[in-house]
Amino acid sequence: MDWTALTVSLRLAAMTCLLLIPLGVWLGRTLARARFRGKSLCEALVALPLVMPPTVLGFYLMMSFGRDAPFGAFWHRLTGEGLNFTFSGILLASLVASLPFAVQPIQRAFESIPANLSEAAWCSGLTPWQTFLRIELPLVWPGVISALALTFAHTLGEFGVILMVGGAIDGETRTLSIAIYDRVQAFDETGAGIMSAMLLLVSFLTIGVVYGLAGRRRWRHA
Amino acid sequence: MPDTPNPTPSPVDAGRLAVSLYQAGPIPLAADFACDPGELLALVGPSGSGKTTLLRAIAGLYRPAEGRIDCGGETWLDTTHDIVRRPQQRRVGVVFQDYALFPHMSARDNVKVALGHLEPGRRSACADDWLGRMRLEGLSNRYPSQLSGGQRQRVALARALAREPRALLLDEPFSAVDQVTRRRLQRELALLREQIHIPILLVTHDLDEAAALADRICVLHGGRTLQADVPERLFRHPDSAVVARLLDRHNIFEGRVMEVDGQRRLQWGPWLLQVAHGLEALALEQRVAWYLPDSDVVLHRRDRPSRGDRENPVTGRIGEMVVLGGMTSLTLFFDHGLESLRFDIATHAARRNGLARGEWVQVSLLAGGIHLLPRNPSD
Repeated sequence: MDWTALTVSLRLAAMTCLLLIPLGVWLGRTLARARFRGKSLCEALVALPLVMPPTVLGFYLMMSFGRDAPFGAFWHRLTGEGLNFTFSGILLASLVASLPFAVQPIQRAFESIPANLSEAAWCSGLTPWQTFLRIELPLVWPGVISALALTFAHTLGEFGVILMVGGAIDGETRTLSIAIYDRVQAFDETGAGIMSAMLLLVSFLTIGVVYGLAGRRRWRHA
Repeated sequence: MPDTPNPTPSPVDAGRLAVSLYQAGPIPLAADFACDPGELLALVGPSGSGKTTLLRAIAGLYRPAEGRIDCGGETWLDTTHDIVRRPQQRRVGVVFQDYALFPHMSARDNVKVALGHLEPGRRSACADDWLGRMRLEGLSNRYPSQLSGGQRQRVALARALAREPRALLLDEPFSAVDQVTRRRLQRELALLREQIHIPILLVTHDLDEAAALADRICVLHGGRTLQADVPERLFRHPDSAVVARLLDRHNIFEGRVMEVDGQRRLQWGPWLLQVAHGLEALALEQRVAWYLPDSDVVLHRRDRPSRGDRENPVTGRIGEMVVLGGMTSLTLFFDHGLESLRFDIATHAARRNGLARGEWVQVSLLAGGIHLLPRNPSD
């Protein structure tokens, strides 16, 4: 059992969720509420990682992370480090790869809230910020939980993108999925089996916990 | 309104609501009306007449191009001085069409949301007090999905009033409930009015509802306020043929001003009708629209003539006869044109007179009921 790889996987999934969920709430709300030109284009861009082959997405990310690419150069100036074959690199890559999983459930949840609920809140004296925290956020909470579960599980299982961008550096970019692949390549089916079972267990527990949280509400839409 | 929970509600006092809004588009508006404290003004008009837009503009949810809204001594909107108060700053109570209750909050918490002006410790008791006044005792912990349509409306009303608003806006508040509940809620609103002395605006497309509940009715069309008056006067004396049609009045005709033996008469088809008021002010030969409330159409009895038979008698053929319970609606057609006259009589009277489709009958058009509509003779 490769505990280091499990730690890298869990750290990656947790940080992806931490960064991506607030972004997903903002983007999902904007896409659900705002009417602007090019909205369809934005939605298509958000959904793109869903339909792109992971190796293709990984390839483009790897190219743009290089120091001679504008983004990679910008990152290097900012942090003094590169992105390819680093934890930061696979974190950025998994933010992009999991974007649709975070945005879409939250966008759907915002779309299902009647617009006049926010107006009723304003007319009751709540500020826009209070309206967001007390009315909108509790109502989209099931969507946020779904986004959290999907993002977490998807990041745990991501293989192609991570391999392209991060390679398999022990303790840095070698996630559990990659470790399993390595074990199989080395004909260690027992090792691969144990780690697969571990990944299955962790995924199942995560999903169980978040859906348990989402199901614990007493109200339903009138 | 009391700040503290109080079993005997004290009257609310606030000033008049005055609204004048104008814009060319995208939703045209040309609205000018006022509503006094304690008064219930109904805004009526067909779908798309701008009723809800007006209400939203008053609540601060829609910003019209030009105009001014004053309420309770405060200016909520004044586009010439760039004053635009946000909804949070306009103490206004709004009951939305579908009530817009917060589904994740109990009835008590829904009302508490509107009690931000009280100290946190007093909000629960005050919310329960408001729910009690709306006869929702014991339902404070229920979620909106666990309440009936009528109960939801009362929670929405409690939430709207809990803010101690300076005006109460009701957007089609009875459209989402069944007929029986609607009657009961309308009765409750009439009773509630004795307790709150703020301007109340009721948006509705239901003329019967407006007539039953409102002190005055304001008729809207294409965002324009056409006429505001007490229901009785409005229904009998609409300003124009447009208003009459919007008020679902049927008997709108066109005639010509004539003079016979030195007396003014209204020529309509082959008849020269006497009119109690208004003909003298018009020019001879002028074409004028006129309206007759169906209560001023008197059917002549066939077996024995009655008083008033000599007053504007006209003869027509029964084209339609529809029995609606105790009343029968008759439509008469005339030889002189396509115009038809509709009026209701008691079903037993129709039976006694042996009325049937195709029969010729004589009716009197009472001179006192004929209302001239000189404003828009072409409409």
